[in-house]
Amino acid sequence: MVTTLPDARRARHIAEQVPDPELPMLTLADLGVLRDVELTGDGTVVASLTPTYSGCPAMAEMRADVAARLRAAGYARVEIRTVLDPPWTSDWITPAGRRKLTEHGIAPPGPAAPHDGPVPLLLSATRHAVACPRCGSADTEETSRFAATACKSLWRCRACREPFEYVKEI
Amino acid sequence: MSDDHVYLTLAEGHEDDARWAYGTGFEDPLHGVDTTVPDGVDAGELASVCVALADDALVSAQRLAEWITRAPELEEEVALANIGLDLLGQARLLYSRAGQADGTGRDEDAYAYFRDAGDFRNVRLAEVPGGDFAFSIVRLLLLSSWRLAHFERLASHPDPVLAAIAAKGVKELAYHRQYAAEWTVRLGDGTEESHRRTRRALEQVAPYVGELFTAFDVRDEVVAVLRQVTRAAGLPMPVYRPLPGSGRDGEHTEHLAPLLAELQGVARAHPEATW
Repeated sequence: MVTTLPDARRARHIAEQVPDPELPMLTLADLGVLRDVELTGDGTVVASLTPTYSGCPAMAEMRADVAARLRAAGYARVEIRTVLDPPWTSDWITPAGRRKLTEHGIAPPGPAAPHDGPVPLLLSATRHAVACPRCGSADTEETSRFAATACKSLWRCRACREPFEYVKEI
Repeated sequence: MSDDHVYLTLAEGHEDDARWAYGTGFEDPLHGVDTTVPDGVDAGELASVCVALADDALVSAQRLAEWITRAPELEEEVALANIGLDLLGQARLLYSRAGQADGTGRDEDAYAYFRDAGDFRNVRLAEVPGGDFAFSIVRLLLLSSWRLAHFERLASHPDPVLAAIAAKGVKELAYHRQYAAEWTVRLGDGTEESHRRTRRALEQVAPYVGELFTAFDVRDEVVAVLRQVTRAAGLPMPVYRPLPGSGRDGEHTEHLAPLLAELQGVARAHPEATW
């Protein structure tokens, strides 16, 4: 049985505030990986998380952090579930999350391409302009599709000459 | 926090299952997922599909990781390592699913570390040594194109766990294929030397291409991608000269065993170790 007692809202609030281990300026709620928090009839808090990428090494950290914070807040029984379906999309990063990324020098993702049918291979695709998170210039270029974490790519700004990271659409 | 004591600072103040760094211990990647095999799904067949796809990914990830410190540029090293990490993540999920489906309850480590070469079901294309950068790129183009087309179909598999793993993988594999395709064009359409080596790479992968198409029928999609990329790169299509046997039946080249020895050495020397 699932209830919506005020206590469930408090548990949700606590889970929502847990920072992401790789992008600590974001909470798990900002990143869109916290899918649900419920309080069952026997008082167990069930928090559902989804990984950003299959190989994301931060998943175990996230699970441990959410469970530890809920226990520290007095919830004796905590269960963390992994949700694989639907798969995480960068579209789930909240507006607040996007603002925080920019404030920390990381360009937020544009809208992810809709997935209907086979993914087309575009060899001469013109990618949308990514604004430099430092100076705002659109005169930027990608230096690598992959970066220090699976979810980001490397860019540089031709105007202010600074390199920056960009969260990829997925 | 003092720089002198960074590890001490990281290690202290944690309780329960919190860890101070990544990779210090793995837990079931399907933790908390409903793992019932639905009625109408042949569990043995499901396990075989998962093991083959996981073996392709694990062996590919190991070959990709060999580029770390050796790639032409730092950016490419980071890219190849990231692609390997995605594949490793897919392998972990698939091994876990296989262990549930085949009724043995084996965990991911049992599959990755405690099987010998003859028990692996990866295609031989994944295991042959990396050769030069052009070979690794052409191999990645083939493997990622095949895997992407295959995962697109598996996303509607009647087993919801395999379907979810595949749907997630599709997004990652689209980036892998894009990376390999762009590099193939750049090398093929680059200098005389890069063109020559990429052409040679296409000849080198040719004997192994047929193996990809025996078990699953996504040949047309893969050939279309290959044709699109080779045309843009000014390269010829590989001429198929299939080798006898198949890695899918456990028949491997002499290169798999040494790869596994390196991968499995520590886990076998210290089977119960945690760190």
